[in-house]
Amino acid sequence: MLLVGCNTHQSALAPFGVEARETYWLTWSLSAGAVLIALLVAVLAWRATHSSEGALNHKQGMQLVLWLGGVFPTVVLTGLLLFALPQMRPMAAASNDLTIRVEGEQFWWHVQYEDGTRTPLLAANEVRIPVGRTVVFDLTATDVIHSFWIPGLAGKMDMIPGRTNRLVVKAEKAGTYRGVCTEFCGLSHALMAFDVIAMEPDAFDAWLEAARRPVKAASRTTSGAKLFSDYGCNACHAVRGTEHDARIGPDLSRYGTRASLGAGTLEPTAENTAAFIRDADAFKPGARMPSYPSMPADHARAIAAWLKELK
Amino acid sequence: MSDSETSRQRRKWHERLRVTLWTLIVPPTAWAAHFLFSYLWAAISCAKTDSFAKFPVLFLAGTLMALIVILVSGWIAWHQERTPGDPPPHQDSTEIDRLRFLAKATLLLAGLSFVGVVFTALPVIFIGDCR
Repeated sequence: MLLVGCNTHQSALAPFGVEARETYWLTWSLSAGAVLIALLVAVLAWRATHSSEGALNHKQGMQLVLWLGGVFPTVVLTGLLLFALPQMRPMAAASNDLTIRVEGEQFWWHVQYEDGTRTPLLAANEVRIPVGRTVVFDLTATDVIHSFWIPGLAGKMDMIPGRTNRLVVKAEKAGTYRGVCTEFCGLSHALMAFDVIAMEPDAFDAWLEAARRPVKAASRTTSGAKLFSDYGCNACHAVRGTEHDARIGPDLSRYGTRASLGAGTLEPTAENTAAFIRDADAFKPGARMPSYPSMPADHARAIAAWLKELK
Repeated sequence: MSDSETSRQRRKWHERLRVTLWTLIVPPTAWAAHFLFSYLWAAISCAKTDSFAKFPVLFLAGTLMALIVILVSGWIAWHQERTPGDPPPHQDSTEIDRLRFLAKATLLLAGLSFVGVVFTALPVIFIGDCR
């Protein structure tokens, strides 16, 4: 059971950000301190029960209570408070820092990159951040309360409909990680996760630039693209560079580069994608996406193949 | 005027005060009031100015006042606790044991309340953020 937490992609004990690293060291210092104090108490208890009669007196006992029961805990707790409080101070952010707006919905994440004055870049279920730069997450929700937590990066923050909470982070190590919803939000709460990709600043800038470009013209005319419209997928999903710009469901631009399907639920293979299209509820109970039981399997596969092409 | 009356008048004012159950609750009450004050002060000043005060004069004054009330209560209790008598526990139903028990309890509560007020004030000073 304990080994469940031993991973490097989704664990507060495998930090890749400033805040999580500070919390990590605080956790270990507190644990080490607690062990030392437990040992001290054990030694004192052993001494109290094993001393010969008359070796201990009332006055000594009262002194011990005063110093080890009163003064010592006060000094230790004050020290810990002074050590921990500066870490609780929210990280400062400048107005030109990259802002990523994330909206929680049952049961996926709407992601919007806002860098400067350009049109925000829309994405879903995947968050990319540059290493070494301060990033601001503006967090909100559209239906019920969700909570945004990337354990290796920073503490969790609630996403509340009608309110925007701000979380400022800074990643220190590139890699692929995972974030989760940590506020029970419905049937598929446990299936509401997202991929977090921390990239070197140059690679991030290049990615952001590339992601803004519309999908290749060649991929707009395949049978999958046509079926996508015929079945009304475009009523909810957007694909940048096409006429599909709905914002009800997750943005599917560059679906082919995603590390997971259904907000961290499945491997994003073509087969899984096709199966998900026909019966989303089987994989994510309570999901808002309708099922298409009458859709022929080859149609679902064609749409899936087209989505996988979107890179 | 008898000798005892003269000596009573000569006693200092804090020695003339008697610790009671009412004076016993002064330190924790000051702590509770300061706790409430801290929350109200932070909520109101953040709502009014939308930013955390750079130098929170009112908050520091309130904290200082709470600490002074607690220190004075503790100081009076400490004096009264020094009334000669048996070592603790002060559990006999005599006037002197009652006084020494209440004084000791007040002193300990004053110590706890002092630390409590400091621990309430430190986050306000160190975090200094309205979020």
